Amino acid sequence: MKQVKIGYFAIYREITGCRQQQLQTAAESPEDLFTELMTIYPGLQRYRQAMVAVNEEMADWGTALADGDEVLFFPPIAGG
Amino acid sequence: MTVSFEITDRPIDRAIGQHLADQASGAFVAFEGRVRNRNDGREVLRLEYEIYRPLAVKEGNRILAEAIQRYSVRRVYGIHRSGLLELGDIAVLIVVSAPYRDEAFEACRYIIDEVKRRLPIWKKEYYADGEAGWVNCQRCSQAGSN
Repeated sequence: MKQVKIGYFAIYREITGCRQQQLQTAAESPEDLFTELMTIYPGLQRYRQAMVAVNEEMADWGTALADGDEVLFFPPIAGG
Repeated sequence: MTVSFEITDRPIDRAIGQHLADQASGAFVAFEGRVRNRNDGREVLRLEYEIYRPLAVKEGNRILAEAIQRYSVRRVYGIHRSGLLELGDIAVLIVVSAPYRDEAFEACRYIIDEVKRRLPIWKKEYYADGEAGWVNCQRCSQAGSN
């Protein structure tokens, strides 16, 4: 198990009711982690088209997660 | 060369880019993205932008540096508003100065397109019928339910 810090934005923040949380998880990748989060927050299942950042850099869904990593889930962006 | 991308909670002053003008630049192009009163056929009353600043600033500065490299412009600047905005407010301002106009227009277009494509910014629209919604999330919702 590892401890990760998770950040939520926009619609994800509204669904989870928080901006960030610490989670003990066995997830090996952001993909595993998002799957786990969908069981905790079923509302996320409708909004799967996310991008992910690990430790403040955009990352692939298969990136290996380590203890202490910060994982940010971004719903579709709409700047400008 | 000047590269600086900012995020602000305060109204954007359109004169803020004037410092980019200099005597070696015969072209000065500014793009203002403003809050529009309609989107996708719905009447919009106001907007809210949520921005993840650390990455937005980092990525914004990357885009500005790319524009300088690609288009041989001299100076570039960008600023994006965060928080609640009213109709007509400036949401984003991009400014480019360059020796000639072709490069200035092209660089400005490149920067605003990449800003919209790459920066971690989310827009919530508040509609006249009392509803509100995150832009682009309706589509992702439909795709996710397939």
